[in-house]
Amino acid sequence: MAAINDVVIKIATVNGTGSASANGLLRKAIFRMGVPVVGKNYFPSNIQGLPTWYEIRVTGDDYHCRSDRVDIMVAMNAQTYARDMAEVEPGGCLIYDSTWPRSSLLDREDITIIGVPLSKMCNENFDGVRARILMKNIAYVGVIAALVAVDLDVIKDLLEETFADKAHLIASNMEAIHLGFDYAAAKFSCPLPARVEKMDKTKGHIVVDGNTAAGLGCMYAGATVGAWYPITPSTSLMDAFRNFCSRYRVDPETGKRTYCIIQAEDELAAIGMVLGASWSGARSFTPTSGPGISLMSEFIGFAYYAEIPAVIFNVQRVGPSTGMPTRTQQCDLISCAYASHGDTKHVLLFPADPAECFYMSPEAFDLAERLQTPVMVLTDLDIGMNDWMVPELEWDDDYVPDRGKVYTAEDLEKMEKFHRYLDVDGDGIPYRTLPGVHPRGAYFTRGSGHSKYGGYTEDSDEYQEVIDRLLVKWETARTLVPEAEIRYSKFNKAAILTLGSGDGACKEALDRLEAQSVGLNYCRVKAFPFTDAVRDFIDAHDLVYVVEQNRDAQLRTLLINDIEADQGKLVPLLHYNGMPINAGFVVEGVLAEIKKGRAA
Amino acid sequence: MTYIAKPRVAHPSLPKNELGLTTRDYEGVVSTLCAGCGHDSVTAALIQAVFELDIEPHMLAKMSGIGCSSKTPAYFASQAHGFNSVHGRMPSVTTGANAANRDMTYVGVSGDGDSLSIGVGQFVHAIRRNLNVCYLIENNGVYGLTKGQFSASADIGSKPKKGLPNQQEPIDPASAALALGATYIARSFSGDKEQLVPLIKGAIMHSGFSLVDVISPCVTFNDHEGSTKSYAHTRQFYHHVANIDYIHPSEEIKASYDEGEAMSVHLHGGDSIVLRKISREYDPTSRAEAFKYLRDRFNEGEITTGLLYVNEERAEMHELMGNSDTPLAQLPYEGLHPGDDELQEIQRRYR
Repeated sequence: MAAINDVVIKIATVNGTGSASANGLLRKAIFRMGVPVVGKNYFPSNIQGLPTWYEIRVTGDDYHCRSDRVDIMVAMNAQTYARDMAEVEPGGCLIYDSTWPRSSLLDREDITIIGVPLSKMCNENFDGVRARILMKNIAYVGVIAALVAVDLDVIKDLLEETFADKAHLIASNMEAIHLGFDYAAAKFSCPLPARVEKMDKTKGHIVVDGNTAAGLGCMYAGATVGAWYPITPSTSLMDAFRNFCSRYRVDPETGKRTYCIIQAEDELAAIGMVLGASWSGARSFTPTSGPGISLMSEFIGFAYYAEIPAVIFNVQRVGPSTGMPTRTQQCDLISCAYASHGDTKHVLLFPADPAECFYMSPEAFDLAERLQTPVMVLTDLDIGMNDWMVPELEWDDDYVPDRGKVYTAEDLEKMEKFHRYLDVDGDGIPYRTLPGVHPRGAYFTRGSGHSKYGGYTEDSDEYQEVIDRLLVKWETARTLVPEAEIRYSKFNKAAILTLGSGDGACKEALDRLEAQSVGLNYCRVKAFPFTDAVRDFIDAHDLVYVVEQNRDAQLRTLLINDIEADQGKLVPLLHYNGMPINAGFVVEGVLAEIKKGRAA
Repeated sequence: MTYIAKPRVAHPSLPKNELGLTTRDYEGVVSTLCAGCGHDSVTAALIQAVFELDIEPHMLAKMSGIGCSSKTPAYFASQAHGFNSVHGRMPSVTTGANAANRDMTYVGVSGDGDSLSIGVGQFVHAIRRNLNVCYLIENNGVYGLTKGQFSASADIGSKPKKGLPNQQEPIDPASAALALGATYIARSFSGDKEQLVPLIKGAIMHSGFSLVDVISPCVTFNDHEGSTKSYAHTRQFYHHVANIDYIHPSEEIKASYDEGEAMSVHLHGGDSIVLRKISREYDPTSRAEAFKYLRDRFNEGEITTGLLYVNEERAEMHELMGNSDTPLAQLPYEGLHPGDDELQEIQRRYR
């Protein structure tokens, strides 16, 4: 049930009608009132004319996932009217554009139906088709503002920031806000009991999407070469990197750029460019999604075997094949972990929100260069493209990039001979050289069989020596990747284990289960390979619910494969319909298992 | 099979270049290609070209994909950096390497399978970007390592060792490059070192994408009667249009050229090439004429060689993008991020 600062507003519109800025305005206004808020965009793989939804969860308790109910539905799309109405929680309300009567559909008596003649009012007050459509969106924001008591001064401040010196736009937008607000205030008892009340919980926070944060992280990490092929939902990551670089990476005197973004002909070329640039010593990366990983796989295996750093962001979307490009999943865990033919395995990082996207970007470059191998950052559409409230980002000005083991000209000058793949330090990581640094550093990089000296080989022992040494490196990686987040109490013998964007839903579920006297421990893995702490965590429990967003329990498979976790203990809770996971799913899943006789 | 290193003993009488190096210093490991392979002659021409250009070996990057041709970077310039990538993907790796370090000299060695079939997309787009690379295609019309299948450059009617003649239209890399806007296009024959060496030198010194399509017969699978990529066929039908002399910036043009037959083209580095035109009517600076000439001679069954087209006007990739003169890979980290204060400023819009 809705309550003060616990309200879910869902807005159903048609895509391409400019509703995004209106929805963003509402979301931001609530945030500015100090109330934590979650924004989720459910959009079609289309530019104009198909149904789209934006969901604002007002969460005074500061939960980070999608809600499992809708309290206020703004039904602006006739095409989805029936299903939108069906979704409203009993006791909730539905707002519709009463310019056109829809009485035959108004058949629910357990909700309040609020008709507002939005089109009529906007047609009377604004000129031009485009303006009328846009202002209709702003007008419904006014209606909601009245119903849930959003501060109009805050809205006005936001409009002033957005439009700055365009006074006429500020005025017309405020006019539209008032059309909605005043109508609602006059006709209905406003505000509703479940409304927004000022808090102080958003101070020190920002609202940002993961792709923007990752693009920002790449700039701070000192990446200089980005190669990519546009693919939903990763495209905005490179857009963000480009925007930040165009501001901070252009020499004010010469006008020359200290970054190079290449839009490749396909993902095969994009990863090839990344490898070429990394081989030359630049920090280089590519953002992509599942289909791109499939195309990059041959090169990813090459990089693993030839030991070339690379950073790949996979903003996962629903597969298989083209799947549902604008829906979210965690479905590429296995395809990334073992991308490419032959014995290969790769370091993966699993950020849970945009803040971690930012911090894990430099970490990914550090690991890739330290380990001389591809590192993949696996986010998903939910993290990458939705609005998340996270603590303000901070940068450590003392940060020094870890460029790994690279011989300098001075090192090479002192050496008699350089051998590329010798395990000098016993950690499985050899030393590399960069082209053009010193004549003695030259070597022949190849994906064909090579000995530890770097020469071509078809000799069984020489081949096996290198491929076995890569396993030593894998164990070194295990000690370097970010540690899992673990909440542990010795009383609980059952636990939830998840990754990435499952974090918010699981933490909320833990609270709800606790309220029902079901105590569970918690582990969120942040990387593959899994650390010893993850192994110990599983060992310490009798039962571990593995919560992930794919059909085939891919995380569970990786746990069994990588650390030989006892599969009998690992109970899969799988959410894979393309919508972001919510707490209700996890709670129901756990309770259903308990009902079946599983101990909690 | 192991690679055999050649003994590094140079005869005292061997000429030295400005760096004091001999051609032996630009050699690689012993070739494992078939005896008489055209590719080995191309390798020899490359060694001669980089030796004569006084290129420091470690400032040379040898890039390749997969195939017989792509093995050859191991056979020259052992002191240079080599990158033997995956099939058909040499252009993208070279693009990235060049993006990160524009100070290196990039020589890409590819084949007709590597560049005209599996990697045709990357070949095309490297040209579009005007990537600064000397791109050699060792073109023999067949797949050698998989034992003699036709490649996309096989001519209609060309006979395989076994089976039926090719019926599909060939892809001519030179005409394709011309259509796509490559800025230096040459064709030669592995059996004509005198023509090939200066063409490679010009290609290396050209700023932008330079293609050198070298007919390089496969002695094992495509050197028989009826093949249009055999030594005998190539010798009989190849036809020079414009050979070049490469002129170092420190040299003057000394040779005497007949009026109307010589044409000087200045390269970006201050050096120049002198075109010696064998066909008076040929203008290698006109894209349209070059295309017509190539097609007309092709229809006559002739293989046009020499410098087919050159354009020194178009900017190469870095210039087009406005990139830093200092190689991106060498920029100090301090200048690459605006610090924590600015991060707070950036975040104002997310509040």
